[in-house]
Amino acid sequence: MTQTGNIILDVVIIVIKIVIVLGVNLTIVAYLTLAERRVSAFMQDRLGPNRVGPAGLLQPIADGIKFFTKEEIIPAQSSKLIYLMAPSFVLFPAFLTYAVIPVGPTFSAWGYSFQMEIANLNIGILYILALTSFVVYGVVLAGWSSNSKYPLIGGLRSAAQMISYELPLGLSIIGVLMIVGSLRLSEIVNFQTHLLWGFLPRWNVVLQPLGFLIFLIAAFAESNRLPFDMAEAEPELVGGYHTEYGSMKFASFMLGEYAGMITSAALMTTLFFGGWDFPWVNESALGVWGILLAVIAFSLKTGFFLFLYLWVRWTLPRFRYDQLMRLGWKILLPLALVNIVVTAIVMAFLA
Amino acid sequence: MNVKNVKRVTIKPNIWDLLYIPAIIGGLSITFKHLFKKHITLEYPDEKWFPPPGYRGAIRLNRDELGREKCVACEMCATACPANAISMQGGAAPWDDREKYPIWYKIDMLRCILCGMCEEACPEEAIELTVIYDFADYTRESLIWDKERLLKNYDLTKDGNYYKRQLEENKKR
Repeated sequence: MTQTGNIILDVVIIVIKIVIVLGVNLTIVAYLTLAERRVSAFMQDRLGPNRVGPAGLLQPIADGIKFFTKEEIIPAQSSKLIYLMAPSFVLFPAFLTYAVIPVGPTFSAWGYSFQMEIANLNIGILYILALTSFVVYGVVLAGWSSNSKYPLIGGLRSAAQMISYELPLGLSIIGVLMIVGSLRLSEIVNFQTHLLWGFLPRWNVVLQPLGFLIFLIAAFAESNRLPFDMAEAEPELVGGYHTEYGSMKFASFMLGEYAGMITSAALMTTLFFGGWDFPWVNESALGVWGILLAVIAFSLKTGFFLFLYLWVRWTLPRFRYDQLMRLGWKILLPLALVNIVVTAIVMAFLA
Repeated sequence: MNVKNVKRVTIKPNIWDLLYIPAIIGGLSITFKHLFKKHITLEYPDEKWFPPPGYRGAIRLNRDELGREKCVACEMCATACPANAISMQGGAAPWDDREKYPIWYKIDMLRCILCGMCEEACPEEAIELTVIYDFADYTRESLIWDKERLLKNYDLTKDGNYYKRQLEENKKR
């Protein structure tokens, strides 16, 4: 992990990176809650919250003050320790996953080389998959410890759903991993910076369109967003697993959900859309401007996928539970397996 | 009964439909178009809704050309009122052109259902419904309107620009 050869300098650099990444992500999460409401309003020909600050831009701050000053209510019959721990199980894994996502190319300055991610793990994807699966504990424990029927049903549904969709999610990535031959996210991005046949960017979405589609659907299901938000399902389950939660504990679930959205958007960008790669431009030859361009390209792509999350949520209705399970087990899982087999055959012929 | 003529139609989806992706893209394009459409929201305290002619809002007591109330305390409105919201006491008028005038006149706007029966019953065209729709208040007492309050309503609404003037006041603030 040492980058500069000086341990103290390394630690300082990593702490600075953590502060920047966490700060940027928390800001994006806060403004995603606003974007969700404004985008949904615009899609329904309404205006959305626009009273707090110019164009409603201070709304997240007002929400934060409201959540912090609300009364803390703990249901009398709940398992208090687990009840209080559950929100953190959702919140922290969602933020931890950003550690391995590269937002730009490695660059050298003042004789040192700097990486644009906090940790360049050689098992990057496995690390992300492990942490995102951890979220299911938070949801199930929240549902169970509330000691109330609707949260319990929501938690159970969500557990079944997340475990079911974890399989296609993991299997859809395997095609990419076979082509690239590495679990390290920076190497996956580096592989995609080249051109295919001289004009097409060699992004994995071009090589693995089916894999991307499966990953997209499974990622929607993993982050419990519509059309797969079985865990919440307001019309049937009141509020799902967080029915009994209030004030900042509820806000933690919301932050976790939006942080999870950013994770999957960044992961889709990294795995399938070339990460920080701006097509037809060699970033490392442009110096500082190249790095800036790379970060902007990464932000734009991630931003598009975040918008896609909101866009799909306000377009599609919710799946019925049996339809959800059928889609996961009978369609996505076989398709993911077929994708792997086809990829392997093509690779064997081209090799 | 022509029940036997009813034909049950089942549409069998073809392969294109079963892919679902084209339908989802179609749906997404519809919501995307709506992003740029005109918003129908009326930002109420900043903008005002202008009621159409014939709107039945808050009640006013009309003045004649000398600035006196037209009302002659005949109690036709109180009789016609289905909600028993109107009460008054008539007395000898201080003017020569009529015998009676209301000494006090009260409308309980909490009981009033804005039906306009008083307006129809009035032989002197002394009571009318206006365009004012936002007259909420904080206490029950302040919603029992007396003669002065109802005559003030006339002064506010006689030129028909009540909400236009409110908009201009909003702009000044």
